[in-house]
Amino acid sequence: MKDTGNILFSGVGGQGILLASELTVYSLLAAGYDAKKSEVHGMAQRGGSVTAQLRYGKKVYSPLIEPGGADIQVAFEMMEAVRYLPYLHKGSKVVVNTQKILPPAVATGQAEYPEDVLDHLREREIVVVPVDAFDIAREVGEVRTANVVMVGALSAFLPVDVANFEDIIRHHVPEKYIDVNLKAFAAGRKVSE
Amino acid sequence: MTNKSENVLWMSGNEAIALGAYEAGVAVASGYPGTPSTEIMENLSRYEGVYTEWAPNEKVGLEVAIGASFAGGRALATMKHVGVNVAADPLFTASYTGVNGGLVLVSADDPEMHSSQNEQDNRNYAFAAKVPMLEPSDPSEAKEMVIAGFELSEQLDTPIMLRITTRVSHVKGVVEKGEPRSVKPVEELKKQPGKLVMLPAIARKRREVVEERMAQCRSLAETTPFNRIEEGDSKRGFITSGVSYLYVKEAFPEAAVLKLGMCWPLPENKIRQFAGMVDELYIVEELDPFLETHIKAMGINCHGKDLIPNQGELNTAIVRHAIDPASKSDLFAPVELPNRPPNMCAGCPHRGIFFNLSRMKVFVSGDIGCYTLGFLPPLSAIDSCVCMGASVSIAHGMAKALGDGGHDKVVSVIGDSTFIHSGITGLINTVYNDSASTLIILDNRITAMTGQQHNPASGYSIKGEAASSIDLEALCRAVGVKHVFKVNPHDVVETRRVLKEAVDLDEPSVVISEAPCVLLPEMKERKPVSYFTNQENCVGCMSCIRLGCPAISWTTFAEGEAEKRGYRKTQKGISKIDEVLCNDCGQCASLCKFDAITRGEGK
Repeated sequence: MKDTGNILFSGVGGQGILLASELTVYSLLAAGYDAKKSEVHGMAQRGGSVTAQLRYGKKVYSPLIEPGGADIQVAFEMMEAVRYLPYLHKGSKVVVNTQKILPPAVATGQAEYPEDVLDHLREREIVVVPVDAFDIAREVGEVRTANVVMVGALSAFLPVDVANFEDIIRHHVPEKYIDVNLKAFAAGRKVSE
Repeated sequence: MTNKSENVLWMSGNEAIALGAYEAGVAVASGYPGTPSTEIMENLSRYEGVYTEWAPNEKVGLEVAIGASFAGGRALATMKHVGVNVAADPLFTASYTGVNGGLVLVSADDPEMHSSQNEQDNRNYAFAAKVPMLEPSDPSEAKEMVIAGFELSEQLDTPIMLRITTRVSHVKGVVEKGEPRSVKPVEELKKQPGKLVMLPAIARKRREVVEERMAQCRSLAETTPFNRIEEGDSKRGFITSGVSYLYVKEAFPEAAVLKLGMCWPLPENKIRQFAGMVDELYIVEELDPFLETHIKAMGINCHGKDLIPNQGELNTAIVRHAIDPASKSDLFAPVELPNRPPNMCAGCPHRGIFFNLSRMKVFVSGDIGCYTLGFLPPLSAIDSCVCMGASVSIAHGMAKALGDGGHDKVVSVIGDSTFIHSGITGLINTVYNDSASTLIILDNRITAMTGQQHNPASGYSIKGEAASSIDLEALCRAVGVKHVFKVNPHDVVETRRVLKEAVDLDEPSVVISEAPCVLLPEMKERKPVSYFTNQENCVGCMSCIRLGCPAISWTTFAEGEAEKRGYRKTQKGISKIDEVLCNDCGQCASLCKFDAITRGEGK
């Protein structure tokens, strides 16, 4: 069993990163790992930049990932994939939803959304896995499954069997949405494989 | 919360405390919402057979719990760290009366101020109020300690404080479910004036009892399994508690550790024994040198805040580098990116008020809630913010200092829940001591910032059942305010007229801004018809952009683009409304003078 793994989830408040991180935890727990996850609630959730930190392994003490310690980052927005750079290291993998959400200064014309923002990662030998989560979700028939597309893309990098993830989805999704979520998961996973 | 197996659960520290309180047979729980404590009461309210409530403030919450304990039931009070300041008055005297049913006060501290105005270290309260304090490191221990807290409380006849921090409250981990304790019914009410009536003569006797109890607790601290020595490499020994213990275990896995699960009173013998076992002693704790000060007072030499920061949260890297500076490795430097601060939601009623205030020449005395975000650009319309309820009294004080004619230079803004929490007393003072300042009550029918909790103005109880609802206008009139106005903040122009009228009066006035929070379930369920821009009419005046609404964005024209698209040559760009994000408030339409923003027919 792997000693510890560190996954950083990042996005914009309201994007539902907590749900994606929960599905990931359930699959790791089912595979026999110990885990801890740290979230930030309260003021930051109002459309601000948010993160959740997930650590798993045989025995996990600290709920916080050390700077430089994130093996994988799952980013739900492109700029939020780059904001936490000090947490990454050479060879970290960043699974990123290629969505842009304009922060207030950009929306009001006082700043510009940085072009080719993901190049900051590539230049530092970080592995970038872009995922068009919304397009994929729309193709499988339910745009609200973008979260699960992201979990699918992440799953390829985790020591957990696909069957394990599928069980978790069956267990946690309302019955009439199980099929579309399984499809979303599979389509997301295909991006990373 | 999910089941890993039937008895092994995955839950947050707050969920675990609710489960622990339930298993301990808690009868009554009261508190006031505040990050990071809120989810304790929310979760507890879902268990059968436990009475839960949101109190109007933390003082009331703790007093309710004290009452339940006096009557013989186990009682819990929950609040954030600054809430304990409000509840400190009953706390310090409940320490003298002691309890009948077990009484646990949860203080949820927020090192790093993720969602708070200060990062006070509430371990100091245990010392000052002379009550024992337990401090868990993770959700599993939090559950165990809340149960132990009730037992200890009854055994020692004292309130117990359980101190958690954000990284316990909002951390999820594996927790084992236990058996709920069978609750013995509350016995017949007994009168104990010699224990419960804190008149000076009785209080002096109880003061002695407090000392006896703390002495008893000190010897218990020597033997409790929560205070344990974990043997290891004796070159360096660490004394630590709470989340700091977790960082020490990861930074120095081989080292000897004394973990203090009971951080007050301290087990002096055990600390001496541990200090004697190791070559160098380090105290690792977040915020104040609480353990360090008391350990140094025992005459024990140790490192502490000479190495470990006394501000903000710790983590494994901070602890490791503080003690072993050579272990520091190079990290990627952050890249400069546009900031993404939290913002008021699209359709938030507060925006209509702050947009107007940003255009009036007034000092805005603010308060604690979502509306503190009115501070941020482009509105930048909060000029001070201190603590719950302070907006009203600070505005009064300013008006008095400014003297005659000063009243129209200051207004205060406060939310409905915060007004009831402690703003009402400030308003009574404004009327009684006669300053003509204007108070704006932002009545959105909910305690929004902490995640939609009901309050005495919302009309619902913690369980969502119908409850009495305060008539804020009648309340203001009852305390003597003669001029009470009501406005719909989404009508930005009319709101400005009313605000000006109120501010110009030379008697106290209140403006109640009435519009529900867009995050209320009933607001989310409705299908709002959105506004959209008739872009051909847009002249690029940026009136709507200045609202700072997340649904409105600006596109700057490239050179020559304005003319090519049929706009005036000098027009700099156009605005656009994202119809998915739009919540149908109409504030932008009420500002647009060019008929460029119209309401849609539906989504």
